[in-house]
Amino acid sequence: MRQVATAENSLAYLKYTRRKVLVIAFLVFLSFLLGLYAINAGSAELTSHQVLRTLLGKGEGRALIIIWNIRLPRVLAAFIAGVGLAVSGCVMQNILRNPLASPFTLGVSQGAAFGAALAIVALGAGSIQLTVADAVLINNPYLVTFFAFSGAMAATLVIIILAGQKGFSPEAMVLAGVALGSLFSAGTIILQYFASDVQVAAIVFWTFGDIGRASWRDLEIMALVIGTAFLYFMANRWNYNALDSGEETAKGLGVNVEKVRLAGMFIASLITATIVSFLGIIGFIGLVGPHLMRRLIGGDHRFLIPAAGVMGGFLLLAADTVGRTIIAPVVLPVGAITSFMGAPMFLYLLARGSSKR
Amino acid sequence: MIMQVDGVEFSYNGRHVLRNIKFSIAAGEFLAILGNNGAGKSTLIKCLNKILKPKRGTVLIDKENVFHLSRLDVARKIGYVAQRSEGGRVTVFDAVLLGRKPHIKWDVSANDLEIVQRVLALLDLEVLSLRYLDELSGGELQKVVIARALAQEPRVLLLDEPTSNLDLRNQLEVLQTVKTAAREHNLAAVVVMHDLNMALRFADKFLFLKNHTIFACGGLEIMTPENIAGVYGVPVTMATVQSIPVIVPLA
Repeated sequence: MRQVATAENSLAYLKYTRRKVLVIAFLVFLSFLLGLYAINAGSAELTSHQVLRTLLGKGEGRALIIIWNIRLPRVLAAFIAGVGLAVSGCVMQNILRNPLASPFTLGVSQGAAFGAALAIVALGAGSIQLTVADAVLINNPYLVTFFAFSGAMAATLVIIILAGQKGFSPEAMVLAGVALGSLFSAGTIILQYFASDVQVAAIVFWTFGDIGRASWRDLEIMALVIGTAFLYFMANRWNYNALDSGEETAKGLGVNVEKVRLAGMFIASLITATIVSFLGIIGFIGLVGPHLMRRLIGGDHRFLIPAAGVMGGFLLLAADTVGRTIIAPVVLPVGAITSFMGAPMFLYLLARGSSKR
Repeated sequence: MIMQVDGVEFSYNGRHVLRNIKFSIAAGEFLAILGNNGAGKSTLIKCLNKILKPKRGTVLIDKENVFHLSRLDVARKIGYVAQRSEGGRVTVFDAVLLGRKPHIKWDVSANDLEIVQRVLALLDLEVLSLRYLDELSGGELQKVVIARALAQEPRVLLLDEPTSNLDLRNQLEVLQTVKTAAREHNLAAVVVMHDLNMALRFADKFLFLKNHTIFACGGLEIMTPENIAGVYGVPVTMATVQSIPVIVPLA
């Protein structure tokens, strides 16, 4: 009798895990549909027929240029960046044992903004240009990207080195991140104070996250970094599960907690810094994606990491598509839209009690 | 002897927490670690599986020095249940499966699933297997955590106050399970305990800690009113009720 009962038990468990895989597969399918819709939608009128032909490699003329140079890279960039932001948020929430954590907690966004401001003000990488699409032109995007990336990683590295040497607790790491964030914000304000109107405009413009900045080249770099990081996170999925049951339990299960924590922080920050330096600051995806999926399929990182990633990609693509179409031809910055979605989520989490994850 | 501890010394911020700890435990034995609050019981148990690194001394498991093994190798030989456990948004089955982590290379095998089922059955947790941990009672959660340590298939099981959250029935059940597991799977259990009567009932060996060192260590013969009064500073007497030995404080 007992034998039969246990076999049923295991079967029920396998069914339960299969359901999670189905949820993820369904989300991937939804994202694919949304992607098709997003490529179709826009101020230049294209028929679905033209879109399909172009995607299948039979496009020509205007449709080919619009889809291949503008819409397809934009859709892919939104999805890939969303995946990156969500998986890094997911891992940060686990390793810092804090439901509100993300790489931004470590001052990544403030560091990136400071780096960008430095490039624009001190090195003259920004200027104004009057075109219909954008009022402000960053005339040396690579310089700005490089400085933003360096600023973001500087913030993270300071915390990782301090934490590694002084044995910081997760709480201390979060506090150090807040301190560094405000230091970099102050730096940005001082730079803006001495900057010209044009430069201030360029800084503010850069700060708004904007998916449209991504070129195919940027996309390749982002995909490579995020893909590699995703594999690293998946290889550590059991370690993250163990950490969820407490630091000492994790050690008892053979997890090198300090190493997993510092390496995870570094990699999560690295992908976020890459995304932010290419696209500007995009908040809340790293928070909303993982939390929604945690509610939907639970906290097992074998499934949560990919699920949060797909959800993040879906949400960012949705936000960008809304921003592009809601008052077309004006394109709203996606960073503002994600924050519109994210802020209520944040309040909801707080109202629910931040102790439970 | 599965585990031999010799000359272990641990200090925290220059303050001695443990001095000159020396004992050993054989397969199938149940060792109760007893002593006042703050005597260093939890610290001692954490030194045994390298969660804490003592300043001096050795811990041998199957003749290998724990401090020379990787954390993963230690986890394959020693299971540990912390004093406080946290339940996240995972099912009971997942939580027990996590005990297979030290043995899993990339993905869960059929053997892993089978071991989890067996442990769930052993602890009567089958009906709960798809419930989320954050929906369980304190007693149920404690059993899950012990199940996880058993799923690790360790040679030595370290339990830090495993019954502190449990009602009477669950206390008896959990300790009986540990004792049976120790006998049947031929593993050693090292259990930090506060309840002297429970210790008397289930343990084969006893270790009293006082002032950061061993006050007495041995079999039933050391459970004397004198030793207990010496450790806790409370006069006691011992009696037998329906052939069950009990300790009664007199203060």
